[in-house]
Amino acid sequence: MTTCDQKDLFTYVLRLGDSGLVLGQRLSEWVGKAPMLEEEMALANMALDMVGQARNFLSYAGEVEGRGRGEDALAMHRDVGSFSNLLLVEQPNRDFAYTMVRQYFYASFAERLFEQLQHSADSRLAGIAAKAVKECRYHARHSGLWLVRLGDGTEESHQRVARALEDLWPYTGELFEMDEVDRRLLEAGVAADVQAMRTEWREALNQVLVEARLPLPSDEIWMHSGGRIGRHSEHLGHLLATMQILPRSYPDANW
Amino acid sequence: MIASSSDAQTSRVWQVLEAVPDPEIPVLSIVDLGIVREVAWQDDCLLVSITPTYSGCPAAEFIRNQVGSALADAGFETATVSEVLTPAWTTDWISEAGREKLRQYGIAPPEKATGRRGLFAPELTIHCPRCDSRRTECVSEFGSTPCKAHYRCLDCLEPFDYFKCL
Ligand SMILES: [Zn+2]
Repeated sequence: MTTCDQKDLFTYVLRLGDSGLVLGQRLSEWVGKAPMLEEEMALANMALDMVGQARNFLSYAGEVEGRGRGEDALAMHRDVGSFSNLLLVEQPNRDFAYTMVRQYFYASFAERLFEQLQHSADSRLAGIAAKAVKECRYHARHSGLWLVRLGDGTEESHQRVARALEDLWPYTGELFEMDEVDRRLLEAGVAADVQAMRTEWREALNQVLVEARLPLPSDEIWMHSGGRIGRHSEHLGHLLATMQILPRSYPDANW
Repeated sequence: MIASSSDAQTSRVWQVLEAVPDPEIPVLSIVDLGIVREVAWQDDCLLVSITPTYSGCPAAEFIRNQVGSALADAGFETATVSEVLTPAWTTDWISEAGREKLRQYGIAPPEKATGRRGLFAPELTIHCPRCDSRRTECVSEFGSTPCKAHYRCLDCLEPFDYFKCL
């Protein structure tokens, strides 16, 4: 057990859990309509990893909060304003190129985040991160290779992935934001220093984009913000409605 | 019965666990797979710790239940089966016997310590579990279960699973 504010810890762990859950839900929307069988399996497997990570984070968040809310209560009985996931992960799937760009942005970030968090002073957080880092590494590899294949593919695949890159780029600034909660927990040795990861993340991305013959996005662009404090795009409400309808309609439903 | 913490009891417990199959790859026992982390006694209570392979392993809860009932059937009714996350499971914990069983079952066992490959690392050489050819290609890094990748042999032309390194 580490000495840090339990409210801060709850906020921090909840944010990690919410991003995993929302991205897992988005990926699972592909099930039944992926472009080919192999990708159907890949997308479903990645969705499963994300939901699994989310379950670990949300269970822990509930314990830290100490008000009797478990993973299910946190996932299924909160509304848009209480979700603190990154805006990037709630963006719709649109097409396969969008999905792969979103996945690469997140996985390549999460890989670095969890790499650091596995050494957190909070042993529970460290344990969850040590598992998650291995999974995110595969996701980053998978989606990164697709970026190359699509970018250096046909005229249409190139156009689609270039458009996805342009549209999703303004959501990447939020990945590296740190507020008071992050700073206090970083001080306590619990949180990761995401600001310090930005350059390395960007360099890895540039390497992929050069290989993919895609333009490098500008750093001078305005970035969206607010997901981590509950200010979301219109897309999250629709996602939650689909995800939560069963437990909301039948509160005591059991397998 | 009241279990005592004697060595004989402990090895009896391991025997029981060795007979519990992994639900997704039933040719492997959960001991072969390396997910049984500890068999311990607290006073006269048996504690068995299991670790999941992947964060989202859908079989984790099922396995815990299987272990609980296998132990109960063997007379260890009061055993507690718990989940531990740390240290994180790695395919390096699959036993030698387990690797051989995988091969015979038609699944190529994991190459050690290859999970950290970068994006532009060279392709791995995976041997075909049927004809042992080195001429194989990766069809998808995500196969029929989270722990397997999908490969194809270019000599005997058979598709096969590769138990990917984690
Ligand atoms: Zn062969």
